[in-house]
Amino acid sequence: MADTLRVNPIACSGHGVCAELLPELIDLDEWGYPIVDPHPVPPALDPEARRAVAACPALALRLLKRP
Amino acid sequence: MNGTTAFWYASRATGIVALLLLTVVFVLGLLVTRQGRLPGLPRFAVTSLHRNISLLAVAFVAVHVLTAVLDTYVSIPLASAVIPFASGYERFWLGLGAISLDLMLAMIVTSLLRGRLNRILWRAVHLLAYLSWPVALAHSIGSSRDLQHGWLLDLAVGCALVVLAAMIWRLAGAVRQLPRAARVAAMMTKHATTRSHNPRESAAR
Amino acid sequence: MTTAVNEPSATRHPHPTWPYAPNEAGHAQQAGHAQQAPQARPAPTLPRLLPTPQKPESLRAHLTRLGPVPYRSRSNRTDRTDRTDRTDRTDRTDRTDRTDRTDRSLIADIEAAGLTGRGGAAFPVHRKLAVVANARGRKVIVANGAESEPASHKDAVLLRLAPNLVLDGLHLAAEAIGAREAHLYLHSGPNPEILRALAERSAANLDRIDVTVTKAPPRFLAGQETALVNRLSGGPALPMFAPPRVSERGLAGAPTLVQNVETLAHLALIARYGPQWFRALGTGAEPGSMLATIYHAAARPEVVEAGIGTPLSTLLNKDDAAQAQALLVGGFHGTWLPMPHAAELTLDNKALSRHGAALGAGLLAALPADRCGLVEAARITRYLAAESAGQCGPCLNGLPRMAAALTDLARPHRPDRQTRADIERWAGLVTGRGACSHPDGTARFVKSALIVFAPELARHERGRCSATDPRPFLPLPHGMPTTEEDWT
Repeated sequence: MADTLRVNPIACSGHGVCAELLPELIDLDEWGYPIVDPHPVPPALDPEARRAVAACPALALRLLKRP
Repeated sequence: MNGTTAFWYASRATGIVALLLLTVVFVLGLLVTRQGRLPGLPRFAVTSLHRNISLLAVAFVAVHVLTAVLDTYVSIPLASAVIPFASGYERFWLGLGAISLDLMLAMIVTSLLRGRLNRILWRAVHLLAYLSWPVALAHSIGSSRDLQHGWLLDLAVGCALVVLAAMIWRLAGAVRQLPRAARVAAMMTKHATTRSHNPRESAAR
Repeated sequence: MTTAVNEPSATRHPHPTWPYAPNEAGHAQQAGHAQQAPQARPAPTLPRLLPTPQKPESLRAHLTRLGPVPYRSRSNRTDRTDRTDRTDRTDRTDRTDRTDRTDRSLIADIEAAGLTGRGGAAFPVHRKLAVVANARGRKVIVANGAESEPASHKDAVLLRLAPNLVLDGLHLAAEAIGAREAHLYLHSGPNPEILRALAERSAANLDRIDVTVTKAPPRFLAGQETALVNRLSGGPALPMFAPPRVSERGLAGAPTLVQNVETLAHLALIARYGPQWFRALGTGAEPGSMLATIYHAAARPEVVEAGIGTPLSTLLNKDDAAQAQALLVGGFHGTWLPMPHAAELTLDNKALSRHGAALGAGLLAALPADRCGLVEAARITRYLAAESAGQCGPCLNGLPRMAAALTDLARPHRPDRQTRADIERWAGLVTGRGACSHPDGTARFVKSALIVFAPELARHERGRCSATDPRPFLPLPHGMPTTEEDWT
């Protein structure tokens, strides 16, 4: 089952932890906010994605099941 | 005083270490909130250290409690570790310890279930840290004659000063952060002046 | 208590009976009339929504023009709190019937009619109705009359001239989805006609559920679906992060149907006259009529009703074709198109989308050639930036910067070489990265302005401006929000 990463932009305050843990899928814009790859997470990166979700201090990153 | 056992020494030692670790955890928590960095370390190191040291601290608290219970010199029922004011010995000060531990357990449990909980609920419980740490400090000083003089007292006071300094730094950040409704206005002002030299084209229009 | 009148007027033509004769449901407001001749259906021409002459229509006049409210199921009168025994109840009304019999036949008609939302998103109405109707438990319906788009006046005109049509639609949709809680969300400012309509209907015991009226704060985002729900819950009119959608979990967690007031007005007509009548205007893919707000280059702005697919040249006048340099289509989240080329297009999303535009809130603004398009675009962008909720990093950071940069370009001088590139980059960065579509719409507006006003941009770089009239063209409200109160 492919999951997609979604940021809650209201909860996000630009800590940037997600981009450090998952640079393959998350980049930071010039203001420190995450630009998240909208495609489903490749299975190989799934553990890293879960780690990034768990590490977000603002609980702003979620892994959603593909609708 | 005869009858002091290894358990009693262990309880006091692990208690002191737990207090030190909890102080570090508290300061790291404030560092996370203010998006601060530890020199030379990536951002996720701050959150990781905060999380891992908190688990280590709880481990030390667990040993601290168990050794105190196992020690036969004074009677401390196991339940009094989580039920405040349920021990015969030093009822009040140990009661504070139980309160602090209860709050810590709430924070740990909600943090372990973080992904499944409502974001606002998790944060509300986590704010109990502001209560848990001072209560732990009071428990430490009040329930142990060790910490009431000498280098151990210096240690306890040192922890308190570190936490106080960190809190002031945290509050300074909060004060500087504008309420949401004012942020846009501030951003408009900030960027209007860097670009336009024409007073007619001010951001307020 | 008004009763339906069946005399066909001069412009009406009797039609073959359509499956649902409006009074077949046996609703009790047909005082003393056990049976009536089917309501004559008007010709499927314009105007449909607004009464002629264009004056606020009383309840009596409304029911005379359009006939009774065509509820589909028997009245569950126990909904109303002010229940009094009235002589106009027929014996067939079962007062002990407490089951909420939601009749889905209206949803089928709306689907057949192909009605899409008239609030800007153009979402198929039947799908939203179905989602809420199929949900379990308590449901809520909201008529969105906030019209937060400063240059759009169609909802205000509709609520002023035909408030009862909107309320008919609200109650008919409520019946179709099984909602027992209804809200009317209005733009701040006086709304005497809609309040009078509510009072008249209440006195006539015309409706089955109560309607709570809430005023929206004068914010651009106040009419956004989640901001609306936030406001109705007692909070500020701030957008919330979408999943789940309000049609699944909205006001107090209940599935909430939010529809624009014009959409509900069309629904009320489809309920009376059927999908085929509705489809007699418009195109196959985009049927029906719509209200549009037109800002002419050299005449007063007006609200018109037109069939979808009408050539823009019909709606714009000769001065617009001759004197306008650009046409803003949709609203402040819309797209600038060059004139006179834009006049060759038609009023439908299929044609407009080929040029990157959409019907949106139904605004057509023909900017006169004697204005500076960049100055106009910059002031609107400053407004949009100031109206950001400030909740999402990209929007909070990107929009003020875009506004300042565009303001800089609006001044005749040689700009920094980075400015144009910065704007394009920021427009790309903010799109899709907010909790609502405010940054996306603003980026679209700005990018289209840079394209359409490129010749003016070139002139400005050489220190010149072709404008001779410095006056602003489109209206903007005064006062930037700075406190929490400004959002409640």
